[in-house]
Amino acid sequence: MPINEYSDGEDMSIDAAPATNSLAGVASAHANARQPGNAPLGSGLEARGIHAWFGKHLALENVSLDFASGTVTALIGPSGCGKSTFIRTLNRMHEFIPSAAMAGEVLLDGQDIYSKGMDVTKIRLQIGMVFQKPNPFPSMTIGENVLSGLKLAQLKVENKDELMQECLERAGLWAEVKDRLGAHAGGLSGGQQQRLCIARALAVKPKVLLMDEPCSALDPGSTLRIEDTIGQLAQTMTIIIVTHNMQQAARVSDYTAFFLSDGGPGNMIEVGPTNEIFSRPRDQRTENYVSGRFG
Amino acid sequence: MSATISQRPVPPAAREITTKPRTSDRIFRGVVTGFGMASLAILTLIGLFLALRGFQTFKHEGLHFLTGVKWESVTSDSGKVTTDFGVGAMLIGTVLIACVALVVGVPLSVLSALYLSFYVPERLKKLLVSVVDLMAAFPSILYGLWGFFILMPMVEYWAKLLYKYLRWIPIFDAPQPFFERSPFVAGIVLAIMIIPIVTSVSREIFAQTPLDRVQAAYALGATRWAMIKTVVLPFGSSGIVGGAMLGLGRAFGETVAVFSVLNIVFKVNFHILYGTGGNIASMIILKWGEATGDETKALLAAGFILFVLTLLVNMLANFIVRRTLKSGK
Amino acid sequence: MANTVISPVQPQKPWKATKLELLPTVLILLGTVVATYVFVAVTPMKGKLAYAFIFFVFGTSAISIRNWVKLGRAAAKDALASSIAFTGAAIVFLPVISILWTTIYKGIPGLHWTLFTQSMFTASYSDPVSKGGLLHALVGTLYLIFISIIVSVPMGILTALYLTEIKGRGSKFIQFVVQAMSGVPSVVAGLFIFAALIVSTPIKASAIAGAFALSILMIPTVTRTAQEVLLLVPNDLREAGQALGATQWRTVATIVVPAARNGLITATILGVARIAGETAPLLFTIGGSDNLNWNPFKDYQGALPFYVWKGLLLGTPESIQRAWTGILVLLTLVLILFVLARTLGGRRMKK
Repeated sequence: MPINEYSDGEDMSIDAAPATNSLAGVASAHANARQPGNAPLGSGLEARGIHAWFGKHLALENVSLDFASGTVTALIGPSGCGKSTFIRTLNRMHEFIPSAAMAGEVLLDGQDIYSKGMDVTKIRLQIGMVFQKPNPFPSMTIGENVLSGLKLAQLKVENKDELMQECLERAGLWAEVKDRLGAHAGGLSGGQQQRLCIARALAVKPKVLLMDEPCSALDPGSTLRIEDTIGQLAQTMTIIIVTHNMQQAARVSDYTAFFLSDGGPGNMIEVGPTNEIFSRPRDQRTENYVSGRFG
Repeated sequence: MSATISQRPVPPAAREITTKPRTSDRIFRGVVTGFGMASLAILTLIGLFLALRGFQTFKHEGLHFLTGVKWESVTSDSGKVTTDFGVGAMLIGTVLIACVALVVGVPLSVLSALYLSFYVPERLKKLLVSVVDLMAAFPSILYGLWGFFILMPMVEYWAKLLYKYLRWIPIFDAPQPFFERSPFVAGIVLAIMIIPIVTSVSREIFAQTPLDRVQAAYALGATRWAMIKTVVLPFGSSGIVGGAMLGLGRAFGETVAVFSVLNIVFKVNFHILYGTGGNIASMIILKWGEATGDETKALLAAGFILFVLTLLVNMLANFIVRRTLKSGK
Repeated sequence: MANTVISPVQPQKPWKATKLELLPTVLILLGTVVATYVFVAVTPMKGKLAYAFIFFVFGTSAISIRNWVKLGRAAAKDALASSIAFTGAAIVFLPVISILWTTIYKGIPGLHWTLFTQSMFTASYSDPVSKGGLLHALVGTLYLIFISIIVSVPMGILTALYLTEIKGRGSKFIQFVVQAMSGVPSVVAGLFIFAALIVSTPIKASAIAGAFALSILMIPTVTRTAQEVLLLVPNDLREAGQALGATQWRTVATIVVPAARNGLITATILGVARIAGETAPLLFTIGGSDNLNWNPFKDYQGALPFYVWKGLLLGTPESIQRAWTGILVLLTLVLILFVLARTLGGRRMKK
């Protein structure tokens, strides 16, 4: 099994789980993919041999991972394991750090988003992102916030009101805000703001939604509502969620990838269907983490 | 049982924590506090002394000192001195020139702050920021000298063009085609002088733009400009206003540079291209040389007006800037 | 897929434009140069201003249109905005280059050795520039700087200590006052010293009166910079000192101030740079002597800005030459101070 396909020649010293970092592991994941019961929604997102640097510091080493459409993948691992860095390479938010560099490919519908001539703004329209802290635009009303992506990217839409309602409904916020769409977003609670941010991300019709610890700043009630929303959205799009909370990963995801750094760069240790990762992980370190022995 | 529950336990009174500072600390705190108050004392003294020395003028001229446009001291044959001092024309001139400086300088400052914050290549950034800071350190007499010999001929040419094509706009008209040492030239020199301060305040404010909003915009597929328009400018607009007002304060008080490139005439003139203008600060040094007695007092009174004017503008500006900076944190 | 073996992975920045990708932009700009030249030649417009303006209009539209065709409306607007921002910044930097160049170009012909060994005691401003010098002005400026440092640095640093260490009820207000003070016009500072000292006390126009006026301008600069560096001293250090049983005074004197030493020196230098070239306050306070005066407490004193001022006002070719040379010397002084403050300040930041 070609485990060194993308390795940089240095010993990766992952002997316990030879399959995990290779495509084979993901391929087996594919076989078990949730069958949404309808036509495939495009070919999803594939990350191949992703390395990420900050200056000279290698933060993430050789991660290859496929995300089938219609699935939710959770990225778990202790702080500093590179999972947030990884998710930010997937929609090219990584490059905003001036010293950042990367290697590898991210394929969206078979096309490398880092290849020359790709318009980065169009890529981010297709791969939306929700952040840790709710960040609606305070100068805009709730309604304007939902449609802000269209304005930012200069997109024209036939029926704005319909789109606004649809996005807010999908984000599970419509019932709460339908009477005050003209109010400023700052008046919403934290959980509502985060759902507004999800609605905002949905309005530009992305194929993939990245969520970087979307619930870590929220109370348990709001967290549950957001998890509900994620479950709904997963029927129509690919969702990748970074989370600290293992219960959350178990609740919302179909697949789980475990990231770990042993002081050096972060690696992906293991990926598989969520129930397998939590019930019978192949790697000892994964088992230690999911059983709460560290992290 | 229920009776005891409904009665909330009375919280104990907070203990008072008393620390008696040691003598050395008391002296330290006393001295430092004393010096802390010194700035206040100096500022008060400035106002007090100028007002005191100018008092006679205020009393004699009354409100006319602000509205009058003449600056005369006539000794009649009988030896009686009649004075007519008014800073009206100079006040209008000061505001007019400062307005030219703002109209020219603020857009350029905001553009270069945007460039330095969001566009400049990383390698050049430090150098260019230093250059802007260096501009602020140039002596004002250098601006005067350069303005007179290098800039004025150029600006005169621009003024001719403006006069030729835009004369139908009243402020670009002129009674005579005489464009040397006009408020326009002085305004451009002042614009260059306020650019560093407005640029660095704007840059400081842009740097405080909440990063999560910036990222949110980019993650929604915004181009750099779309991000700036939706996130940076709404956040920074009031700070830019504050920065512009700091520049305005600077422009009101500038003396030597304006003096070098302005033809000071005691006459109200709104034609910015026409070589006739006024500026309180420059007027003071123009008249200082030959001033005696009453005129000196009148000049001190004019200084008081200038002091109050710049103080008000500055305090308002600082208030706005600080409020904006705080809102970003 | 399995057959491809990627050799040792190198960090890449795929988002950075390569040289090849910059080529079209360069070609567009070159084309714009030609188009501008032709356009200005065939229309009645003429002059540098016309070239600059047409170049800006053509270049900006060409790049924006290219982006529109290639990437769409949003990208076109982005290109338009970035070229406007670039142009704005370029316009800002042009005067700096012009000022530096003019000062050197016009100042150098007046440089000669006697400049630093003679005063204007025996020469008049209209004499050939080889006669007389600016020693008196240099001495005056150094006196002014020296006395201003003695007055302003303790005051500025102690005020900064009040703002950062005591944090009393009044500190917010004092902060406000310091900021207001930094906006006091220099001419007002001069008038104040005239009205408060020269008119009514035994202190007459001299270096010390001038230095007092300059101190009013220098104190806020020193205070604000000193405050910034004192705030950079970690609070742990202060707490550590006090936890060891030291008094606040000992803590500040032995821990906080030494930790901020470099920054405080920077604050001083920035303050000096602020006042070294001030002219307006001196017109009321130092008398503007042409003779060498070694006594800073008595009699009229000269200063470099004053020397330049006199040369400019007199308006003869020789006096103007003196003004340019004087400003060259003054600018060199300011530049040295500026670079010093930068290098010291830079080292502080790295720590």
